[in-house]
Amino acid sequence: MSATILIIALAYAQVALALAGVLLGLRILWGPRAQDRVLALDALYVAIMLLLLVTGMRLGTAFFFEAATVIAIMGFVTSVALAKFLSRGEVIE
Amino acid sequence: MTRLFPHPVLSLFLILLWLMLTRFSLGYLLLGTVLSLVAGWAYSALHSPRPRVRRWDVMPRLAWTLFSDIVWSNLTVARLLLTEGRSGRKSAFLRVRLNITNPNALALLAIILTATPGTAWVEYGSDSGILTVHIFNGAEAGHYRHIICDIYEPMLMEIFE
Amino acid sequence: MTALADVPLALAIPIAALVVLGSTLTLIGATGVLRLQSFYDRLHAPTLATSWGTGAIIIASALLFTFIDGRAVVHEFVIGAFIVLTTPVTLMMLGRAALERDRAEGGKAMPEMPEPDPSPDHGPDRGPDRGPNHGRSET
Repeated sequence: MSATILIIALAYAQVALALAGVLLGLRILWGPRAQDRVLALDALYVAIMLLLLVTGMRLGTAFFFEAATVIAIMGFVTSVALAKFLSRGEVIE
Repeated sequence: MTRLFPHPVLSLFLILLWLMLTRFSLGYLLLGTVLSLVAGWAYSALHSPRPRVRRWDVMPRLAWTLFSDIVWSNLTVARLLLTEGRSGRKSAFLRVRLNITNPNALALLAIILTATPGTAWVEYGSDSGILTVHIFNGAEAGHYRHIICDIYEPMLMEIFE
Repeated sequence: MTALADVPLALAIPIAALVVLGSTLTLIGATGVLRLQSFYDRLHAPTLATSWGTGAIIIASALLFTFIDGRAVVHEFVIGAFIVLTTPVTLMMLGRAALERDRAEGGKAMPEMPEPDPSPDHGPDRGPDRGPNHGRSET
């Protein structure tokens, strides 16, 4: 019983997060401006990180947690560098 | 003591982070302590003045206000997004003159405002003291001005100034 | 799947509810990023995913692995704290970058700015000469 509830909820979460990723991907493709793409990319990082966490829960393994941590850190560094680039035209001043 | 622990709060936080990421054991505690000490020295070489927190007892009240604010604005913004196009919502910029000048207080305010759905910190002119915030629902401008000026600003003043 | 079957019902229901809540909020935020018309509006949508979207899923994950591993698993909260602390930095920098770009282009791209507080009811420490100049400086 509890396994059924959890599997349904986790499967729903996987579909919802994957769909969120697709929507954000469309925004990255459409733009129209660079800051829109960077914003969507930052949100995409978060969605993928959550998808990994949920997948790890569904498989009952903590393995995906490490990947989620790395993605969270990479997402932050990437987005800050891109935002810096957008406002100044160069990353390192 | 100050030379050994230039940033005690930062070092404690790093030890805790280290233990959370690994395992609570004596070996990891020792390793984490050494690492956090090195990180503290490195940080003080980068950024000399230590943030001075005058009153720690206001912190829980701030955290609780922030928590309830985030829950409430999550619901509001989710509802606005679902009814987008039908509700006649119009976003707006809000400019507020701030009295706090402490960089740490400003950084905390920036995190608070941006982490809460519905408000986004856009710009702050340190020479004019004017903060520009973008708010998702322009009809709520008075409400957000009240939240910034009358709730968060006095609390941050108590903590840092 | 054996691990999930052992979870008691009283724990399974809150975990399922939190997972559904978190993923739904993330999805709503993503539709906002896609559907909203202006960049400054879209700036608000991801905060749904990064506040309670992340929060709910992380609490659910911590609960589940605490039960499965039989000890307190709290390292999920490291990700949570990290996301909560770093997303504002990203969004703030993006907002400022967008404003600077709009300002540099000028004209119709520049959003309308209202005057700051009409009633300077507070701020005795600020002289009257501090007018609403558009001082652009580092925060």
